Amino acid sequence: MILPSPADLLPAMARELKAHLARHDIAAARFIGIRTGGVWVAQALLAELGRQEELGTLDVSFYRDDFTRSGLHPQVRPSELPFEIDGQHLVLIDDVLMSGRTIRAALNELFDYGRPASVTLVCLLDLDARELPIRPDVVGSTLFLPAGQRVKLTGPAPLTLELRCLDTQAQQ
Amino acid sequence: MTPTDAKRPLQLNDQGQLRHFLSLDGLPRELLSELLETADSFLEVGARAVKKVPLLRGKTVCNVFFENSTRTRTTFELAAQRLSADVITLNVSTSSTSKGETLFDTLRNLEAMAADMFVVRHADSGAAHFIAEHVCPNVAVINGGDGRHGHPTQGMLDMLTIKRHKGGFENLSVAIVGDILHSRVARSDMLALKTLGCPDIRVIAPKTLLPVGIEQYGVRVFHNLAEGLKDVDVVIMLRLQKERMQGGLLPSEGEFYRLYGLTEQRLALAKPDAIVMHPGPINRGVEIESAVADGAQSVILNQVTYGIAIRMAVLSMAMSGQTAQRQAEQENA
Repeated sequence: MILPSPADLLPAMARELKAHLARHDIAAARFIGIRTGGVWVAQALLAELGRQEELGTLDVSFYRDDFTRSGLHPQVRPSELPFEIDGQHLVLIDDVLMSGRTIRAALNELFDYGRPASVTLVCLLDLDARELPIRPDVVGSTLFLPAGQRVKLTGPAPLTLELRCLDTQAQQ
Repeated sequence: MTPTDAKRPLQLNDQGQLRHFLSLDGLPRELLSELLETADSFLEVGARAVKKVPLLRGKTVCNVFFENSTRTRTTFELAAQRLSADVITLNVSTSSTSKGETLFDTLRNLEAMAADMFVVRHADSGAAHFIAEHVCPNVAVINGGDGRHGHPTQGMLDMLTIKRHKGGFENLSVAIVGDILHSRVARSDMLALKTLGCPDIRVIAPKTLLPVGIEQYGVRVFHNLAEGLKDVDVVIMLRLQKERMQGGLLPSEGEFYRLYGLTEQRLALAKPDAIVMHPGPINRGVEIESAVADGAQSVILNQVTYGIAIRMAVLSMAMSGQTAQRQAEQENA
């Protein structure tokens, strides 16, 4: 399977995001990336949009729903949101959308900081394997993966998508 | 299967993850570093409007305190609550044991209430270890201080304090001053500093307040405060443990303060940016001058804040390791 290059997807994503924000009358939005891949995509997207602003970063390890199954993620880092969440329009960015559970965890975490006016979801890839009613507003590309395969984003520069075979134990 | 499996230390599971937290002795540097980094993330949670994460939702943490404590007990309670666990605190000195129930029976009863974790403080060295090994192997046991042996969460909160204020441990001189003999904090600090690579650990105390064999910790011993404080980066003051003192070790408190009390004048011998730490409760005018305790170099209250984050990290890591171990044992059964 040939995976798309993130650099080829970003211009269209930037255009779609601009159009989406305009359609919803959102003049000012705050950008938040989900660690680690989502932060890289967010940085690339901001550059594509020509915006130079502080990016929020979110580590959802403390909000995951698989703690009793998989335990605590060993490389937790603090979330850093250098702006108010209350009443703000947020653009939440992740690399790969699979089950939707990471996004659920991220939304729960964001609401512990305040009540955003809206959250727009941007994902580089959608694997069409959602287990929750969570859909991206802007997506780079949709892929159907054969069973037992996953996609991994490496970065931050250059951003590259790699196909990985799943070992039996690992879970998203 | 058995918790006394000789192939691995009691406090780690088969994957080398924390399962109980009993002592800093024998824990590898990587694990201590992971604990400090996880605590760093929890520190950020404590600064939010909603100071709570759902990590231990549905778990029950039971604080079993056989010895009085304010700071350790309340910070463990807060830590458990900020992880969304249910928490009960048992002050055992005022409960069933005074009606004749044994430690064993008290703990088995708590286990029957489906407690997932015990935080134990006891006046006898090795109490938490005993409970983890013989009483409740399937409950994650955290040592909240046992006799003179250790106070590992205090040791790690001291390390977090040093790391956040000094950046690391590689080039530091750290002095631990006062009643080393009775201090479980001193033992945990010395072990942690050594594991984390601190090259110059000093203990400063009168001969009567030093344990036999102190050299095995890889420390330099000073009996003169002025000599020992010279150019240090960190001063850790210890409380003079009056309740553990059985007479004859010191002429008087006044004499101790004159020789080992930390005054502004003496602190000036340390590096200008040296920090002053103390596990609390502080005895003003016994081991530390008020001007120092409340001064610009004091990080004593920061230590309390860091203590909550460290305890959140310990609770979540031990719960994670204990759960993994139980699952692995069930699958192999």
